[in-house]
Amino acid sequence: MAKQPAIELKNITKVFGKVVANKDINLTAYRGEILSILGENGSGKTTLMNMISGIYFPDAGQIFIDEQEAVIASPKDAFAYKIGMIHQHFKLVDVFTATENIVLGLNDGKYNLKASTARIKAISEQYGFDLDPEKKIYTMSVSEKQTVEIIKVLYRGADILILDEPTAVLTPQETDKLFQILRRMRDDGKCIIIITHKLHEVLSLSDRVAVLRKGEYVGTVNTAETSESELTEMMVGKKISLNIQRDDPIDPKDRLMVKGITCVDRMGATVLDDISFTARSGEILGIAGIAGSGQRELLESIAGLQHLSAGEVLYQDPKTGEIENLRDKTPMQVRNMGVRLSFVPEDRLGMGLVGNMDIVDNMMLRSYSKGHSAFLERKAPKNLANQIIDDLEVVTPSAATPVRRLSGGNVQKVLVGREISASPTVLMVAYPVRGLDINSSYMIYNLLNEQKAKGVAVVFVGEDLDVLIELCDRIMVIGSGKITGMVDGRTATKEEIGLLMTKNTNEKEENHG
Amino acid sequence: MIIQFICRAVLLGVPLLYGSTGEIITEKSGHLNLGIPGIMYVGAISGVVGSFLYETACGNELANMNPLLAVLIPLLCSLLGSILMGLIYNFLTVTLHANQNVTGLAITTLGIGLGNFLGASLINITKSELPSIALTKTSSFFKVQLPFADDLGWFGELFLSYDFLTYLAIIIALVASFVLNKTRVGLNLRAVGENPATADAAGINVTRYKYLATCIGSAIAGLGGLQYVMSYADGVWSNNAFGDRGWMAIALVIFALWKPSMAIAGSFLFGALCNANNYIQGLGTETQELFKMLPYIVTIVVLIITSMRKKREHQPPESLGLSYFREER
Repeated sequence: MAKQPAIELKNITKVFGKVVANKDINLTAYRGEILSILGENGSGKTTLMNMISGIYFPDAGQIFIDEQEAVIASPKDAFAYKIGMIHQHFKLVDVFTATENIVLGLNDGKYNLKASTARIKAISEQYGFDLDPEKKIYTMSVSEKQTVEIIKVLYRGADILILDEPTAVLTPQETDKLFQILRRMRDDGKCIIIITHKLHEVLSLSDRVAVLRKGEYVGTVNTAETSESELTEMMVGKKISLNIQRDDPIDPKDRLMVKGITCVDRMGATVLDDISFTARSGEILGIAGIAGSGQRELLESIAGLQHLSAGEVLYQDPKTGEIENLRDKTPMQVRNMGVRLSFVPEDRLGMGLVGNMDIVDNMMLRSYSKGHSAFLERKAPKNLANQIIDDLEVVTPSAATPVRRLSGGNVQKVLVGREISASPTVLMVAYPVRGLDINSSYMIYNLLNEQKAKGVAVVFVGEDLDVLIELCDRIMVIGSGKITGMVDGRTATKEEIGLLMTKNTNEKEENHG
Repeated sequence: MIIQFICRAVLLGVPLLYGSTGEIITEKSGHLNLGIPGIMYVGAISGVVGSFLYETACGNELANMNPLLAVLIPLLCSLLGSILMGLIYNFLTVTLHANQNVTGLAITTLGIGLGNFLGASLINITKSELPSIALTKTSSFFKVQLPFADDLGWFGELFLSYDFLTYLAIIIALVASFVLNKTRVGLNLRAVGENPATADAAGINVTRYKYLATCIGSAIAGLGGLQYVMSYADGVWSNNAFGDRGWMAIALVIFALWKPSMAIAGSFLFGALCNANNYIQGLGTETQELFKMLPYIVTIVVLIITSMRKKREHQPPESLGLSYFREER
């Protein structure tokens, strides 16, 4: 079959200030194929696709569509060329229905929501989507929202579809379903471009893979003729081991005993339902679950930031062996009791650090009450800041740079560095590698392993099941605020965890319905 | 008595209805325009200046005045004045991304200062002994009633006795309600106010929607000022007589849950509450002041009820008060 090029990029360059996001990119995608764009975070994948969809305008280079040169200056132009992009962060209006979101910005004659709803139902049937067009976005699950996004571009007649990390928020089962739909669209003659950094998805889904590295185009290979290690090498430039080191726990002792905690949010919904588990010293306890299943509330309950309606959080002091109840204590009270609890929250710049303050000041958030005079003790935090910058290779002009100006990975290093420096006995981290590139991620994993070797009880909330399986000693799975399973990290499989993750969701929908 | 009370409530409510319809349209584009009191003030004084000039040009003779011009000139001056104020607000908040609250308060201060300056100047020109300026001739044209209103007894008084700006206010509110909820333009505008990034990605010109919504909103609000001075106050302008009606209009937006159709009923209710103290016998001066607080108390109660019910549809537009810049990352 002769392949017909749908879109061709020639020497595309885009510069943000001093940062070259894309440099001389050449790329071709054909009709009736799925092309993966593979690259680490910050390699310029999303920037490149934003230029095709009209969000950014290239500083140099040309775009050809159906072998005709095209100027895409706005998202409107992109629609005219039948290009549709499904963004990583959904662009949906929460209080609108699916139909209203889908027809938003369109100008196709008479404004008739009923007719539009009927067309949406027809599209859903054609490709096998499962969607109620009358449903409001804020009542939808992540996967439903993604479906709305995909139908939105199909409704506009797009035949070039760009998906930016579509599986980041999906369970393995939802991912499989999405892939089936994408294959059906490919067989329908559409050109599908998928941005991802998950290697196994690239291998199972796409026909060809284009690799970007640090804003530059490395090359394109046929999926059938490549391997995971070759792609990794193209992506990172040097061969690195995919294996995360995992030592056996040394002398594990019960450190944190959580007993039957229940937590009700402001809307009256039960977000944690009778959760009991034990975190032991010298081991990493993983927590897996679909985003929003109660992970945040669980960690906050332990840290003393949530009001519990039932249950206890017990802490065993490693030296004295005394057991203390942390329930209904503020973080400051917990610290004054001599419990060394460190918490790396998922919202780094919201809860973890203050974006407008520099690195030294952020260090002081933990130590401001120390010192003897009426003035702040600045020397120790300054030394600590410099030490973290050196040890963790934080890229920053100086310790006096506001944290908000650092990149995501460096922000995370500052936060993790600060929390570890308090030499905790319990370390809780939520999505510590979200938004980080591979090298930074491995540095974080190594830091966690170091803490584990020191006998710290580490609680790790993660989203990448591959990492959870490789890093954690035990993995607790939660769904809709309930524990749905506890598995051994050494023997568990992804499918097993995926099933446990979705175990309770049906029940949840009924309760809310 | 009751009919008189209701008629008075409607007349008092109309400036609020203009103000809140204008503010609702503006807020639907994601812009909290706290400049509404100032814009309404400018809308009023611009109309006064226009009609003053026309009355002077006609030699202050009622017989020389063309009814159409006598209404159109103040109307156009009022629209022009309030749209100009809206443009200043727009330029600062949409184009320069200035803080909306600060800009709005500045516009209010500017508008009231400007209005008082122009008002005092006119009073000075007329060498009037009272600190006010009377445009009763122009006002008489604004207050023309429907011809058969007097013949229909209480029905005529209750429904047909108002000036044309009152009916226009209700029509504008109904049209605004229809446009917001039943048309594509309305859908796009609501999307801009809820989530401008989404609207932008959907190919909607966010900046144009914000400019248009704020300018149209300002123009409508300005008419409220004009109605106050020409119909309610019989064409008599005196500085600061407009009072806190602008703020009440903003409170009414919250009371009406961002729905222009609700604002119609709300404005009449507010008008009634404002006026209740004059109709209840035996109130002392201090208790009268307490009664004047009623509209605000009702607004607070509505805020409490809606925040308890937590219905997403009753919340303000999600990106209200935030500026939007496309390439911000």
